[in-house]
Amino acid sequence: MKKRVLIAEDEPNIVASLEFLMNETGYEFRTAVNGEEALRAASEFRPDLLLLDVMLPLKSGFEVCQRVRGDETLGKVKIIMLTAKGRETEVAKGLALGADAYITKPFATRELLDTVKRLLGE
Amino acid sequence: MLTAPVVLIASFAYLGLLFAIAYYGDKRADAGRSIIANPYIFALSLAVYCTTWTFYGSVGRAATSGIGFLPIYLGPTLMAALWWYVMLKIIRISKQNRITSIADFIASRYGKSQMLGGLVTIIAVVGIIPYIALQLKAIANTFSIILHVPETTALDKQSAPLFLGDNTFYIAMLLAAFTILFGTRHLDATERHEGLVAAIAFESLVKLVAFIAVGIFVTFWLYDGFGDIFSRAAQVPELGALLTLGGAAGNYTTWASLTFLSMAAIMFLPRQWQVTVVENVDERHLTKAIWLFPLYLLAINIFVLPIALGGLMHFPSGTVDADTFVLTLPIAENAPGLALFAFIGGLSAATGMVIVETIALSTMVCNDLVMPVLLRMKGLRLTARRDLSGLLLGIRRGAIVLILVLGYLYFYLAGEAYALVSIGLISFSAVAQFAPAIIGGIFWKGGTRAGAVCGLGAGFLVWLYTLLLPSFAKSGWLPISFLSEGMFGIDLLKPQQLFGLSGLDDIAHCLFWSMLANIGCYGAVSLVKAPSAAEHGQATVFVDALRLSGATAGQRLWRGSASVNELLALLGRFLGPERAREAFESYARVRGARSIELLAADASLVHHAESLLAGAIGSASARVMVASVVAEEPLGLDEVMNIIDEASQVLAYSRQLEQKSRELEAATEELRGANQQLKELDRLKDDFISTVTHELRTPLTSIRAFSEILKDNPRLDEDQRGKFLGIVIKESERLTRLINQVLDLSKIESGNAEWHSSEIDMREVVDDAAAAVSQMFKENGVELEIDVPRELPTIVADRDRLMQVMLNLLSNAAKFCKRPGGRVSVALARQDGFLRVDVTDNGIGISESDKEVIFEKFRQVGDALTDRPQGTGLGLPICRQIINHFGGRLWVQSQRGAGATFSFTLPFDRARPQARAAA
Repeated sequence: MKKRVLIAEDEPNIVASLEFLMNETGYEFRTAVNGEEALRAASEFRPDLLLLDVMLPLKSGFEVCQRVRGDETLGKVKIIMLTAKGRETEVAKGLALGADAYITKPFATRELLDTVKRLLGE
Repeated sequence: MLTAPVVLIASFAYLGLLFAIAYYGDKRADAGRSIIANPYIFALSLAVYCTTWTFYGSVGRAATSGIGFLPIYLGPTLMAALWWYVMLKIIRISKQNRITSIADFIASRYGKSQMLGGLVTIIAVVGIIPYIALQLKAIANTFSIILHVPETTALDKQSAPLFLGDNTFYIAMLLAAFTILFGTRHLDATERHEGLVAAIAFESLVKLVAFIAVGIFVTFWLYDGFGDIFSRAAQVPELGALLTLGGAAGNYTTWASLTFLSMAAIMFLPRQWQVTVVENVDERHLTKAIWLFPLYLLAINIFVLPIALGGLMHFPSGTVDADTFVLTLPIAENAPGLALFAFIGGLSAATGMVIVETIALSTMVCNDLVMPVLLRMKGLRLTARRDLSGLLLGIRRGAIVLILVLGYLYFYLAGEAYALVSIGLISFSAVAQFAPAIIGGIFWKGGTRAGAVCGLGAGFLVWLYTLLLPSFAKSGWLPISFLSEGMFGIDLLKPQQLFGLSGLDDIAHCLFWSMLANIGCYGAVSLVKAPSAAEHGQATVFVDALRLSGATAGQRLWRGSASVNELLALLGRFLGPERAREAFESYARVRGARSIELLAADASLVHHAESLLAGAIGSASARVMVASVVAEEPLGLDEVMNIIDEASQVLAYSRQLEQKSRELEAATEELRGANQQLKELDRLKDDFISTVTHELRTPLTSIRAFSEILKDNPRLDEDQRGKFLGIVIKESERLTRLINQVLDLSKIESGNAEWHSSEIDMREVVDDAAAAVSQMFKENGVELEIDVPRELPTIVADRDRLMQVMLNLLSNAAKFCKRPGGRVSVALARQDGFLRVDVTDNGIGISESDKEVIFEKFRQVGDALTDRPQGTGLGLPICRQIINHFGGRLWVQSQRGAGATFSFTLPFDRARPQARAAA
């Protein structure tokens, strides 16, 4: 069974790179470009992993994370937060809200893929 | 008929009557219905001044000096005229300060000095002893005479044995017993003895009547009236001289000195002080006394000369002592009843004097001499004893006995050498020593304790040397050479011709030197050193007594803490617990407190307690006792000054502090504001950096990601490879742009940018910008219109920067105008002193709220859902900075859905806009 990954990112080029990477690894993926879309997609698509950018329009990545974690129907979806802001407070905030991993941009593709695989139990 | 038993019974009966009157008087006083609150009684009590000296001695004096006996009565008469001021003041002061004796008065005036009180007491006791001896002599003599009726010969001057075999000793002890009975039955806080005053007034009447009776007998019975006596006397040559002023009557110095002495005596004899000041019930009685007393003196002296002349004419000269004429004439003329009456009169005069004088003296001895010493002896632990009233009474009784014993001794040793009057004058001279200290004390604030001590001491010593010791010499107890050759044989130290001053009689001589020494030392020593704070306080109280109201007088600055119970206990120890309680209760009533417990232990209560106590043990000792109970801190003048100084310093300092704290507050406010600003700036800075990093990292992410993808996936197809590389390139460009703009903006904002200004034709800039964007416009299908005026002045600015602005505005316009059919127009115009450029597009417009947002760093607006703007968000902020730098303004006008017009102005003259901006 293919693992499903939801990409929540508003920068098109970053989206493109993430999509390529997910595709190459063989995951099924969906993309949301803002927070609200991300939440909708999360409940519809029921991903196993969420690649969540912090700076999302409409609803921030933190809020999405919080909502997702608060939604029992979404189960234990893994969340990796992506951000260009590398401050410790941001990291702590994210992890406190329930993210499983936090990756700062620009990321190393290797690191990203390894984290995704780890969280998906492979 | 006049046998010893008869005389004795009569005497005891009379004394018993006196005692009964006294007892009745005291009873009525206790019941609150005083029988002596009467100016007539008061005036009569003053007549205690007239002792056996008056009764017998005046006649004796008149027999030798004629009217020379009068000055002793002139003095009091003159003094009485001054009483309305001097005595009033003394009485007022004494009442205000609860002064109970002459020693207390002097001690209190000079700073409540116990030492001074003791000195005065010693002087008083030593000085009065001759006077008491005089009374004893008179009683003894007259007693003998009346027992030897009808023999009227002069007494055998055989020496009687001392003490037990001597009648006089028993007389002295008897008098002591009576005095104790009259005056020491209980302790009174005010030292008043109403019963005693009643008895004295009665006694004054008795002696007056007795004397007048004898006078009438002699003048109208033995002779035929005044005229008869005087004319007969004038016929005898020696007697005639007695009727004139000169010669035997004594010269002016004698009269002057005697008058002065008696003026002092009427004021300062302890018994006079007792009846005039201490026993005084109402100071208004004084006004009646001022004329009643001289009237009494007149009455008792009318018959002195007649009796003297009569006696001289009746008895062969030298056979009968003139001092006894008052008694011997009735005896000689077979009037035993009258003689007995006269004897009783004389006895009355003597007992009155002895009782009052001794009581006054014993009070002083107890309060001012013994108690201070006992209180100082810590071993006795008097302060711990609960009831000291018994001790006080015991001391007084002992003093009475001792004084009478001393009086008896003086009589034994020196009494025979002198006539009565002369002995009396010795005592007058002693008490005259009090005059400078007292008169000075109530009129001169400069009198100090040291001055009083020196004055009194010097005066007393001179008196001792010039009068008292000579009296012993004249009686044979000191070598006569002491008199005739002076001490150690030095001529100048002859006691009665000191430093060669001769020609004065003994009394005048003593008066001269003693007053010189006394007043001289008092004045000089007082002037040498200023009064201490205590002395000054008391001086004010005394000198200003008639001016000060009763309430404040006597209360000095006081600082301390006390408890009502402690004060009550203290008072109880000396007055007895009940009396103390009564006193406090009446005080509480006056103060409006319902019970003693509710009294405030404040300065006025302490003062009141002290006053009450002063009545029992003297003000100096009272001071000490109260101070031991109250934790008082005595304030000195300099302390007071220090306190005032401190207070004003503290005031000044606190004002300073107030000022400083206000300034501090203001400074703190400023700091707070600055801190806020800094925090804000810090936050902004953090935000800026945070945003910049974010913006920089975003393109970097794509660049890195795709670079890695390209590397890791060599088997990518050409399309994808091309696409990905394209992204890398684009994002690199974006990144570069961003970095440049951030740097640019930073430089402009921090003022580090370089500006290369020159004269510019804006039309050229517009044209060039339009050319630069024409390609982009064409690709996007946007039309561009340019409208420039024919004439336009040049402007001084940085061409590249203006170009930057134009390009930015144009590219924005193109980005946001309608698709398709986008139209952008540029209008260039001249407006007053400004150049104006408008760039209009027909895009979706900008909402009101966004109009300022777009000028914020990194902020971009647009339809977020559909089109993420590709800008950096720094373009407009930079444009604004540039335009502002040249003194212009950049703003936007727009309505949502109706396009937007970005406009900016630039002043032709750079100097002016600054003024305009300021306005």
